[in-house]
Amino acid sequence: MTDLSNRKPETGAFFSRDRLWHPPGLTPGYKTSVLRSPQKALLSLDGTVSEITGPVFGHSILGELDNDLIHNFAKPGESAIGERIIVHGRVLDERARPVAGALLEFWQANAGGRYRHKKESYLAPLDPNFGGCGRTITDADGHYAFRTVKPGPYPWPNGVNDWRPAHIHFSVFGHGFAQRLITQMYFEGDPMIWKCPIVQTIPDRAAIEQLVAALDWGNTIPMDARAYKFDIVLRGRRSTLFENRMEGN
Amino acid sequence: MVQPLGYLKESASQTAGPYVHIGLTPNFCGITGVYESDLGTTMVNDRTLGRRITITGRVLDGTGTPLKDALIEIWQADAAGLYNSPSELRGSADPNFSGWGRAATDGETGEYRFETIKPGRVPFRDGRLMAPHISLWIVARGINLGLNTRLYFGDEAAANAEDPVLARIEHRVRVPTLIAAADGDGYRFDIHLQGEKETVFFDI
Repeated sequence: MTDLSNRKPETGAFFSRDRLWHPPGLTPGYKTSVLRSPQKALLSLDGTVSEITGPVFGHSILGELDNDLIHNFAKPGESAIGERIIVHGRVLDERARPVAGALLEFWQANAGGRYRHKKESYLAPLDPNFGGCGRTITDADGHYAFRTVKPGPYPWPNGVNDWRPAHIHFSVFGHGFAQRLITQMYFEGDPMIWKCPIVQTIPDRAAIEQLVAALDWGNTIPMDARAYKFDIVLRGRRSTLFENRMEGN
Repeated sequence: MVQPLGYLKESASQTAGPYVHIGLTPNFCGITGVYESDLGTTMVNDRTLGRRITITGRVLDGTGTPLKDALIEIWQADAAGLYNSPSELRGSADPNFSGWGRAATDGETGEYRFETIKPGRVPFRDGRLMAPHISLWIVARGINLGLNTRLYFGDEAAANAEDPVLARIEHRVRVPTLIAAADGDGYRFDIHLQGEKETVFFDI
């Protein structure tokens, strides 16, 4: 694990999380949340060294095709079936500063909405050349990019006729364990976004819109792949102004 | 009017869903050949300092049913109480200890397992020492925003008694939900998401 920049490491505690912006634990429209949400209040804990530190991953963990889902599971010379897209963007913190060296992991269904997972029973077929996982690390400016096929929507047993919009799951590490985040990216113009009980767990429409990636015509590669731009924002870090902490903490 | 603060909003969380393994532990769910091994499965090597321990347990829902699709990450200090992180300013952590681990609960039994070391003590914000602890982050289908908790050790009664975080728990009857019981070579720590035995979760 290495620091990827020459800047002095940031060691301030994180901005407190706006829990009215995030989905609450109990969201009965998303049925599984009913028995999996705490009923008691969370105990507030302003960042100690245990929360403001976190693992940082070096590029040595990455394979050459880790950010190419079209090819990283495909047989030699073959590729995944579906709409070829590039997803790219930046990881920033709430102070709009780039988060360099952030590990991003993503996973998704194939073009027909089928996941490669033994518990998945949807009748749409697997694509023999598509696994569905990828990862990358942001550069010094917080940029990332990967190549994939656009996932299809899929039905799920919640309401009798619930379908997930096309989406890609993202797991993000910042620099502190308290920044750990999992979210989902949706696609501009998908009418299913607004019907989805999982999307609807988010109370604020602006927070939902922040998860919708824009079609990025400028970065579309002619005769090859369209591009979508998806920026991710992690918690900001306080400046350590006037923090009354003991030496060495 | 006032000057705008100009801060961005954090991206809203969404559930990790039932197929989180595809992205975070692909080899565990049978997607082989993409990554050599799953990240976070190995925290220690032959040269790691400290006492080897295992942490096992289950994550249980409001009916007491174990979750077979949860994913847990842990973050902890090394044996000397230092974190393997660029934000650690107190010294250099053991280079043979990552401090970070990731494990899925078993698809049949719901058991999770970490092979790690017992952490040293680290200071609270005011410099008082906290008791040895491991930070946990739990995600799963049905969990909209990852849950944060801490594991403390049942055989550290004196340190636990002076821990400034445990001291903040108003309802003392809930303190034991954060204490792992010694169990053979390690410790057992069940996480109750909801109900009478509900684990204390933190807003960190």
